[in-house]
Amino acid sequence: MTAPLLEIAGLTKAYPGVVANDAVSFAIRPGEVHALLGENGAGKSTLVKMIYGLVRPDAGSMTLEGRAFTPAEPRAARAAGVAMVFQHFSLFEALNVAENVALGMEDPPRPRDLAQQIREVSETYGLPLDPDRLVGDLSAGERQRVEIIRCLLQDPKLLIMDEPTSVLTPQEVEILFHTLRKLSAEGTAILYISHKLEEIRALCDAATILRLGKVVAECTPREVSAAHMAELMVGKSLAAPARAATPPGAVLLKVTGLSLEPATPFGTPLRHIGMELRAGEILGIGGVAGNGQDELLAALSGEARTSPGAIALAGAQIGALGPNERRRLGLLCAPEERLGHAAAPDMSLTENALLTARLRQGLDRHGFLNWNGAQAYAEQVIAKFDVRTPGAHVAARALSGGNLQKFVIGREIMQAPRVLVVNQPTWGVDASAAADIRQALLDLAQNGAAVICISQDLDELLEISDRFCALNEGRLSAPRPARGLSMEEIGLMLGGAHDMHEADGEMPHVPA
Amino acid sequence: MFRLEKRPMPSRVWILATPVIAVILTMIAGGIMFAILGQDPVEAIRIIFLDPLFDERFASFSRPQLLVKAGPLILIAIGLALGFRAGIWNIGAEGQYIIGAICGAAFGLAFYPSENPLIFPGMVLAGLFGGWAWAMIPAVLRTRFRTNEILVSLLLVYVAEAILASAATGFLRNPDGRGFPGSRNLSQHPGTDNLELIAGTGMHWGVVAAFIAVIFSYVLLNRHLMGYQIKLAGQAPRAAKFAGVNPTRLIVLCLGVSGALAGMAGLFEVAGPAGQISIDFNVGYGFTAIIVAFLGRLHPVGILLAGLLMALTYIGGELAQLMLGIPASAIQAFQGMLLFFLLALDVLSNYRVRIGREVAA
Amino acid sequence: MMGIDPVTLIVALIGASTPILLAAIGELVVEKSGVLNLGVEGMMIVGAVSGFIIAINTGSPWLGFAAGAVGGAGLSLIFALLTQYLLSNQVATGLALTLFGLGLSSLMGEAYTGINPPLTPDLFPQALRDIPVAGPILFGHDLVIYLSVLLVAGVWYALRHTRMGLILRAVGESHDAAHALGYKVIRIRICAILFGGACAGLGGAYLSLVRVPSWTEGMTAGAGWIALAIVVFASWKPWRALIGAYLFGGIAALQLRLQAAEINIPVMFLDMSPYLVTIIVLVIISSDRGRAALNAPAALGKVFHASG
Repeated sequence: MTAPLLEIAGLTKAYPGVVANDAVSFAIRPGEVHALLGENGAGKSTLVKMIYGLVRPDAGSMTLEGRAFTPAEPRAARAAGVAMVFQHFSLFEALNVAENVALGMEDPPRPRDLAQQIREVSETYGLPLDPDRLVGDLSAGERQRVEIIRCLLQDPKLLIMDEPTSVLTPQEVEILFHTLRKLSAEGTAILYISHKLEEIRALCDAATILRLGKVVAECTPREVSAAHMAELMVGKSLAAPARAATPPGAVLLKVTGLSLEPATPFGTPLRHIGMELRAGEILGIGGVAGNGQDELLAALSGEARTSPGAIALAGAQIGALGPNERRRLGLLCAPEERLGHAAAPDMSLTENALLTARLRQGLDRHGFLNWNGAQAYAEQVIAKFDVRTPGAHVAARALSGGNLQKFVIGREIMQAPRVLVVNQPTWGVDASAAADIRQALLDLAQNGAAVICISQDLDELLEISDRFCALNEGRLSAPRPARGLSMEEIGLMLGGAHDMHEADGEMPHVPA
Repeated sequence: MFRLEKRPMPSRVWILATPVIAVILTMIAGGIMFAILGQDPVEAIRIIFLDPLFDERFASFSRPQLLVKAGPLILIAIGLALGFRAGIWNIGAEGQYIIGAICGAAFGLAFYPSENPLIFPGMVLAGLFGGWAWAMIPAVLRTRFRTNEILVSLLLVYVAEAILASAATGFLRNPDGRGFPGSRNLSQHPGTDNLELIAGTGMHWGVVAAFIAVIFSYVLLNRHLMGYQIKLAGQAPRAAKFAGVNPTRLIVLCLGVSGALAGMAGLFEVAGPAGQISIDFNVGYGFTAIIVAFLGRLHPVGILLAGLLMALTYIGGELAQLMLGIPASAIQAFQGMLLFFLLALDVLSNYRVRIGREVAA
Repeated sequence: MMGIDPVTLIVALIGASTPILLAAIGELVVEKSGVLNLGVEGMMIVGAVSGFIIAINTGSPWLGFAAGAVGGAGLSLIFALLTQYLLSNQVATGLALTLFGLGLSSLMGEAYTGINPPLTPDLFPQALRDIPVAGPILFGHDLVIYLSVLLVAGVWYALRHTRMGLILRAVGESHDAAHALGYKVIRIRICAILFGGACAGLGGAYLSLVRVPSWTEGMTAGAGWIALAIVVFASWKPWRALIGAYLFGGIAALQLRLQAAEINIPVMFLDMSPYLVTIIVLVIISSDRGRAALNAPAALGKVFHASG
């Protein structure tokens, strides 16, 4: 057995009120693909930030190639051969690919040489990329390529990848794995952070499982079942959401020929979107980030207006109506961004209850607000949806992601919507809150409402939807029954691998 | 090393304490400034903050001045604060104040020498309308062409000053004034005068309007949907849009209200304390009101107190000029300093200060 | 328009534009780093008074210009500390800077009204300046004017072709991403703010030492605000800032000449024309949605706090 490349011993990091990492130890050998597995909030991000020099540990030590490794800043980590691909990309939209790559390097070559190098590396690893394009114009998968190439140009000994597949189609995941295996064969160690168990079983040589900041287990993923790893990760086994099959009712929401220009320079235009939604069903809309999800939600919520006939709710044309008029008719929404969109961070939960519930709960009279009523409603939501908070007076930003999400979804569900549209309902939410939210959506549909669930989590969509369609570059595919869909089929609906034509010959999984 | 840690909730204690601490720190820093100017700092601070109210030689004159000077500051600041809360930055209140004064005065002078009791209310409305219309320029440009309202409203101050110069020397000049610049005196003519309502208090119609504005604004912000929408739009614009707030309406409303209040303040001033349209009747209330709004934490009651305090520094400043020969501009620097300290201390209401090493920033 | 010689007009417009150009190019760098400093007017006037005081007391206009830059930078340091370390609102802090600067400058300049500053010499010998047309336009200026154009070229080159410029743009685009890559966001921004302050201060000193030349209270008369408008007009591009400043200077110079020539336009309209034209230009630029928005630094005016 070779000597470890990176050895971590007893790393501890505490933030006020929470110990993010508690005496974490593990080791990675050269060329090994090592998984770091854990739920949201288990301490994975803090751990890799320490390895990358963004955060300093309170206690513990790191050794890289036998020498003490204490990076004071990312620059030092990069110089020592550690590179990182971030979950929320560290990219600059208004700069081009080459400039973005240069910013992540210590001594970038002259621009012309750099462009040449980018082309070479991208060909070698089957990740085509044009150095002159603006990053803002790239798809999520292409943006990740920019990050990866930025790392590869520095010949890293250790490549850290934080949740790399959450923005990729299944086909793109295959390509990424192909690249990672090639790197690993060349001797680069990879620290692979994920909570997707099947991926880890397919790719990784070893896994360290974190729970609440502690290492709870180490295993060889290929030798254990996904269910076993899930139990280690969550600490208990979670029941799969349950629902009884109900026959779909009448058409509640009908969208025809919906087109919309984006409001921001790098937004996605919507193109001729059409769908029908029936009472009692959940329509899952999958897609990779940045393919028009936000724009679709805005068009449905009324934040962006369309032609009157493009959207009809129970036969009434509502395309030209604003958010409150649509709420009055029973169309409610919960956007993806909790802080700043679905809720105002610095306002109390009472004030945030008022944000969307004023009309349907009758919380004002001639414009004068009924604060007692708003508080009572907020408290009802808190009680019914098990939102962990000291009370309704607490500011929204003080809640954890899962609790705030439960509040936001609960706030809409308790208004008894006829149609509810949610975007990424369980993004960044811990597993048990996610299970609660999914169950709540299923119950809502069971009681006769219609639900649209926009999500990038394909497993989630397959679990709760009746029908599935894909959003790809602002276009919506025809729906298909969710039951029995394979990942391969979904991947093709999502557009396969974006912009991979040059690499077609090399990649057996990519369709011609 | 110090570092900051975001509080889960803004601290109520600090929100109330910071203005007080800022005033104290300003007194200390101001004292140092006066010491540099060769004055006894303690005496200077006493003359500015205490003598106008408590020294019997001055109090009888100074105390009424407090309301006279606080009135326009409060009236303007109440309007500005609505916009600031919504993230709409009208910093051209001085221009709206000037135009309001010109419109109101022009209305009154149009009927000269009539003494009809309806003239004064008409002047108030004309002043209100003038300020509103002047503020509508940045509002319309912002909503129609997305032009930055900060720059437009400010640049319009200079345009308003050019109009004022022309009014004082041209179209509003007193025909009986032997060619001197300046309009007829409004405060000495029954029907157009805005006089003290209760002798010895300094209370005139503008002060009454300011108190009414404080009450209205308090109700609006705490009890009414519109106030909620204003706060929401300022704190989380995207959430406001999601909640169905119409940004265009909000911009027109906030700029319109602040312009109308500033215009009214201008009229009250020109028909009362200033007396006439002259080339420099405006003394920068429109800008000082920005400090008042922040010092009052954009809260109506806070603005009321801050307006009184700022009026005190004006009066005290004049007194210090008289007694110690401290230049008038020292007070302006003093007021600016106050705003700095307030902004610097603001951090304490939203962040906790921790001592110790942390993140490699 | 008879009686207005185009050559002298061009020479005058270059002079009239220079204070604004200096302030604008400084603010452009500040905004490119993602910081909105509305205190340009305050920094300019403090630069004007500090430059004037030092020039009078030392007899050297060059020391005066240096002092103007130091004064502007000194005032901007307050802004830098407040916004970068104490996370204060940039709009409010910039306004405070202007209000404070106006007060402070009148206080400092109390004893200096009505004095003439030492003369700033022209750079080139008389022979060159006597060349018809090209002579006065190309060679008829003092050092600061050439410096201002060099500064524009330098800023353009630095932003476009150097690593420093790339990092500055990156910080202005997304401070979180820049932080994640290990760049010192706060330090970079403070440097940019100080640079902006120095430029504004130098512009102010040029106003009091060459343009007017004397010290009067509030003498910047909105020049700082116009500089801010020119940055928007320029869509954050250095050479366009030069065009914008010269355009504005042209209008200012022309209206003064028209007033002198007693042309039949009310003085009121001539007085307000520079401000009105600035507003109109702002409207035209901002109504064009796509292009300008792309060039605006995405993080402009946003507070950065590294949460770890």
